[in-house]
Amino acid sequence: MSIWRYANPTQFMATTGWMLPLFGVSAAAFVATGLIWGFFFTPDDFRQGSTVKIIYLHVPSALMAINAWLMMLVASLIWLVRRHHVSALAAKAAAPVGLVMTVIALLTGAIWGQPMWGTYWAWDPRLTSFLILFLFYLGYIALWQAIETQDTAADLTSILCLVGSVFALLSRYAVNFWNQGLHQGTSVPVATGGRTVSDVFFIPLAISMIGFGLLFVALVLLRTRTEIRARRLQALLAQSTAVE
Amino acid sequence: MDYAATNLACRRGDRTVLAGLSFSVAAGKALILRGANGSGKTTLLRCLAGLTPPVAGSLSFAADDVAYAAHDNGLKAQLRVAETIEFWASIYGATDTAPAVDAFTLSPLMTRHVAALSAGQKRRLSLSRLLLTGRPLWALDEPTVSLDSATVTKFADAVRAHLAQGRAAIIATHIDLGLDAADVLDVSGFKPSVADAQDPFLDGAFT
Amino acid sequence: MIALLRRDLVLAVRAGGGFGLGLAFFLILCVLVPFGVGPEPALLGRIAPGVLWVGALLACLLSLDRIFQLDFEDGTLDLLATSPLPLEAVASVKAFAHWLTTGLPLVLAAAPLGLLLNLPGAAMPWLVAGLALGTPALSVIGTFGAALTVGLKRGGLLISLLVLPLYMPTLLFGAEAARRGAEGLSPTTPLLLMAGLTAGCIAVMPFATAAALRMNLR
Repeated sequence: MSIWRYANPTQFMATTGWMLPLFGVSAAAFVATGLIWGFFFTPDDFRQGSTVKIIYLHVPSALMAINAWLMMLVASLIWLVRRHHVSALAAKAAAPVGLVMTVIALLTGAIWGQPMWGTYWAWDPRLTSFLILFLFYLGYIALWQAIETQDTAADLTSILCLVGSVFALLSRYAVNFWNQGLHQGTSVPVATGGRTVSDVFFIPLAISMIGFGLLFVALVLLRTRTEIRARRLQALLAQSTAVE
Repeated sequence: MDYAATNLACRRGDRTVLAGLSFSVAAGKALILRGANGSGKTTLLRCLAGLTPPVAGSLSFAADDVAYAAHDNGLKAQLRVAETIEFWASIYGATDTAPAVDAFTLSPLMTRHVAALSAGQKRRLSLSRLLLTGRPLWALDEPTVSLDSATVTKFADAVRAHLAQGRAAIIATHIDLGLDAADVLDVSGFKPSVADAQDPFLDGAFT
Repeated sequence: MIALLRRDLVLAVRAGGGFGLGLAFFLILCVLVPFGVGPEPALLGRIAPGVLWVGALLACLLSLDRIFQLDFEDGTLDLLATSPLPLEAVASVKAFAHWLTTGLPLVLAAAPLGLLLNLPGAAMPWLVAGLALGTPALSVIGTFGAALTVGLKRGGLLISLLVLPLYMPTLLFGAEAARRGAEGLSPTTPLLLMAGLTAGCIAVMPFATAAALRMNLR
């Protein structure tokens, strides 16, 4: 028996068929709760005023922009090692979602940066790394688009994802060395060990982050299902022409 | 030694082109591959040469035993004939290039640039590489393309000499080379069924 | 391996276009910059390290798609892949040949072009040292990009999109070393970091390149 047995789109379709609505509904609920709570039911910051409220969009999207790449990295590794087709397609499906998250993070950051720092853009390490992440997403998606043979495309994009991850990490620390920057440190308590943000702000932020996470999962599932259907269509067409 | 394939399945692109293919070539024998265009001769040869790993089945020999000659000549127009031969000789660690030059009567052409050769001469130069490899199993894809009948005879002699050393060859060709020790295998009989295709996207039913 | 290197160099010289093209592009770029930003010496001197580095990067990029494309089209790559030479060695040799024909001339041309752009004298040795240490990494990374796009008809444009983000750390360290040299600071830290980066690339990237080639030949 060959490696192909591990790839099981049928099983994936059956399982995600009932999971997708659950994720979709809960994502909508969490995102709506987090954003509405954050925008309308939290006090203004004493220094930043109401501009601080963009944090409920900015932080979750930035978080998911990075997590989407990490998910693609894991999925690429699974494809390279186990040749699991669904894994390759999931990586392909996640890329545009990650790209959009990166764009949201960059745009909301620019809108937030204008009143706070007096500029839409600064060559700050965090901002610059996100711009580089954006470029990596573009390259990854472009490579998928360019190659016709699906398995080869999966192979090559996986390798690109691995190499790109290493270089993205290198770039992240290289820019630190270059410019110390304006961006504040993280304000998520898990990452800092203590609390720098009061619960009033943090709870809606956490809800929004969970919501974006669920939204990401729902979108990736949906897109992966679409990709699997497209592949099945392709396979069926190839089969019907082969029979003639 | 026998060169055997058991229950081989090969892919080209996203499609399984051949399945359930088995053969065995004894030392000193040749196997002629036949089949219509697109039946998978090239795919099979690339698989034997180790360029495309088989989807299923096994081979009794390593890719390092195979000297592969493709449709394309793999020649550089800017190099001279002698330089081309020296290049491949040093890649394969061959010390004596004379047999390769003689077998395809290349000596009058040695100082010419590849760009100045005719199609048939290029083919001869390309095939001479086989003798430099020193590998026991030749896997040749339409080797006689653009050769005239005299050169085809020469080429058949080279194959015969190779087989006489107790070696083997697998050749995809449509013309009769006049080899005595040759079996014929028609690859068009090995079309994969849906089950053989091993395409996970065809398994089961979903919409 | 030496035979392959010699063949590639002979081809680069005889084929024409490949060899001097990157260098000529580098020259033109450096001549165009003063027209773009104005002839003021102080400004030119300040941006010269960046201009020279970006110029070197782009000049490198120009010849990348030739690394494997020609061998792929005429079938040589198939023959090399089935030869006793491991593809990792082929990848390394190809990158080295690319560096000899593109990177090395850029390093040598950087000093005179630096004068043209009014690069401060103190920065000059560090710029050249940076290029000498950094251009091998550019060739090795570029070879990987060339391997990814070898089967594609329109690979030339895609290769820049794939490779340029990977060039970022090298560019940053190289330009930083030259800038620190110009300001009289010690440029050793960025240079050492870059040397480490280049060594790492030379050690690891040929494996990724060979893997990408195998996938493309499949």
